[in-house]
Amino acid sequence: MANPTTTAFDEMRTGSGDVRPLYEACDQWLRGVTQAQLSQKSKEAELLFRRVGITFNVYGEDAGAERLIPFDVIPRILSAGEWQRLSDGAIQRVRALNLFLHDLYHKQEIIKAGIVPASILANSQYRPEMQGVDVPGGIYAHIAGIDIVRTAEDTFYVLEDNLRTPSGVSYMLEDRKMMMRLFPELFRRYSVAPVEHYPQVLLNNLRAVAPDGVRNPTVVLLTPGAYNSAYFEHAFLAQQMGIELVEGQDLFVRDNYVYMRTTEGPKQVDVIYRRIDDDFLDPLAFRPDSMLGVPGLVSVYRSGNVTLANAIGTGVADDKSTYIYVPEMIRFYLGEEPILSNVPTYKLGEKDDFAYVLDHLPELVVKEVQGSGGYGMLVGPTASKQQILDFREQILANPSNYIAQPTLALSTCPTLVEQGIAPRHVDLRPFVLSGKTVTLVPGALCRVALREGSLVVNSSQGGGTKDTWVLQC
Amino acid sequence: MLSRTADHLYWMSRYIERAENMARVLDVTCRMSLVLNITQSEVDLWRPPLQIAGNVNVFEAKYGAYTAANVIRYMVLDEDNPSSILSALDSARENARAVRVAMSSEMWESVNSLWLELGQRVRAGIGEMEIGEFCDWVKSRSHLFRGVTYSTMLRDDGYRFARLGTFIERADNTARLLDVKYHCLLPATEGVGGAVDYYEWSAVLHAASAFEAYQKVFRDTITPWKVSELLVLRHDMPRSLHACFDEIMAILEHLSAAGSEECNRMVGELHARFHYGRMEDIFQGGLHEFLLDFIARNNALGNEIQRTFLRHPWS
Repeated sequence: MANPTTTAFDEMRTGSGDVRPLYEACDQWLRGVTQAQLSQKSKEAELLFRRVGITFNVYGEDAGAERLIPFDVIPRILSAGEWQRLSDGAIQRVRALNLFLHDLYHKQEIIKAGIVPASILANSQYRPEMQGVDVPGGIYAHIAGIDIVRTAEDTFYVLEDNLRTPSGVSYMLEDRKMMMRLFPELFRRYSVAPVEHYPQVLLNNLRAVAPDGVRNPTVVLLTPGAYNSAYFEHAFLAQQMGIELVEGQDLFVRDNYVYMRTTEGPKQVDVIYRRIDDDFLDPLAFRPDSMLGVPGLVSVYRSGNVTLANAIGTGVADDKSTYIYVPEMIRFYLGEEPILSNVPTYKLGEKDDFAYVLDHLPELVVKEVQGSGGYGMLVGPTASKQQILDFREQILANPSNYIAQPTLALSTCPTLVEQGIAPRHVDLRPFVLSGKTVTLVPGALCRVALREGSLVVNSSQGGGTKDTWVLQC
Repeated sequence: MLSRTADHLYWMSRYIERAENMARVLDVTCRMSLVLNITQSEVDLWRPPLQIAGNVNVFEAKYGAYTAANVIRYMVLDEDNPSSILSALDSARENARAVRVAMSSEMWESVNSLWLELGQRVRAGIGEMEIGEFCDWVKSRSHLFRGVTYSTMLRDDGYRFARLGTFIERADNTARLLDVKYHCLLPATEGVGGAVDYYEWSAVLHAASAFEAYQKVFRDTITPWKVSELLVLRHDMPRSLHACFDEIMAILEHLSAAGSEECNRMVGELHARFHYGRMEDIFQGGLHEFLLDFIARNNALGNEIQRTFLRHPWS
């Protein structure tokens, strides 16, 4: 197969090498600065990120190692028109997914209609504890990260919906701050839509979903603690929203309410923005060995005396085996045509798909149904023969645990690398917020695969980030 | 505020203050070793800083000989020594990292960049050549941190717990510093009031940044009595026990929790000793005994604060 980087859509240049209108001002600016100046700025950014402590831990490496996610100094630019379409499409998806979750945990009309198979109820991410439970506003995914890739001028695909505890929004906000600080003169050449109000929108939404009758709700952010890979983000968001950053040990349940331990005694908590997976939330309901959770929390939640964001049991809707039904959900619940397409997906649990995939492994991307973070996946075109053989063994052991998709030539963006400025593949994760209305701020986490030719953008696999500029006109 | 948050802020400040005090003691010891190396043995010179920190036995078991290199290694770099400058600053940063939300971003950056630079310095090596500059650096970073705290942090309970940690730790350190003179055995040829005695008492003053203040206040030769008065009873001397307890008492008046009466009682009792006490009475009962008793009571106060406000289960 041809090198994906040369055949991919280049966000900055047309096939004949001309600079697209959107990037003209950026190109002019780039011509006026030297490679050395850019590298200098890049180092300055690294120093600032390190000082602020915007670091993450990679699992499996020695404990306490703190690494920076590389930051690329060249922004990704989207026009107002492009953004409008992405934004409408992402909002449409999240509306449908929230309706789906409500339906699945109540009447299950979509199963009765034969659109989604009843086997979904056997998915380990389906939580029977949530059956018949009403959540405030019918909202399950208060925060959703929709991963979008581009393969041509007008072709965008949704790669996956992250509805559990999606992370990365702090990079959207910190990258913006960094770009404004490092390159005010470039920033001024564009009319970039602001993103800084994200925490305020989120806080308003969280307050709006407090249990009925609570006038002035206390909202907290529940983190697994300082050793979690996304701890910086938890601390950052709590600080930006002015809410307490709590760990499981700070909360306790008494008389069917949740309280936090304060220096002045117990204080009632009404809304928990939790960044802990379902499994660890409550040792009495889920994993009994969890030290991170709060015993009794789920029982309070089911009684409606505390709101969790996101709700328990959203994982069943962002599972890769459920993903294939999202376009149908949009038609079923909203009566609309999907604005953003799904990537064609093969389910290895199904006979025909299984045979096709095994014959075409070198061309396909194969993923674990419940994997995330770029772990447990095979990128056929860049994998070695041995890697493909090994992965094949894994698939044979449990076929229904995998899905496969054609290898998409993700679009590329100019990126500062050691040899100069070169195209590198990117994706986009806008964050959709659901409260009284469903909204998103005009910006996104843009991840970039820094290794030449690589299509894996995950930070745990050597990916970096870029600031995303959505133009206002 | 969250008890855990208060706990982290309190200990963050304590550890930074502890690192600063270790640096002060070490710095003065190094300078004394240059002045006194003819008249005193290595043990006499290098034992006192370990007595101050209260870990003579551990040191002897691990290192044996009292040499400059060993003591510097133990007090600065030894990760098994919880009071080494490296351990204290690591702990301060760990505590800060756990509650970065509760402080201003300037405070967090101050602690974090201190910790990052510490790593570089440790990798570059810290020995007798570097120790003077290193101690200055620790002191100035500690001053910077307190200054940043003072000028950027909201005056909420978080601020009070952060300050409380500073003064509880400082009071303990000042008392230990003063008490160490009790252990310093004068060489047989030297009497009280001799040259060595002078240098030792002035070293105590230097370690507490009190040398210049002493000259201003007393305009007199350095005597044990007056040094003690300055570091125990004077309320206008920032590192004195009296000054520390002025702060602690004011802070605790603002903090209230169910069952905090015992804290207030203990603070009031200690504060009264410094506020109304007389040097004659203290010396009559013995300065050493007075200080030992204080260190124990200050420690008990720390435990009571811990029990009342910090990590303590209600359910």
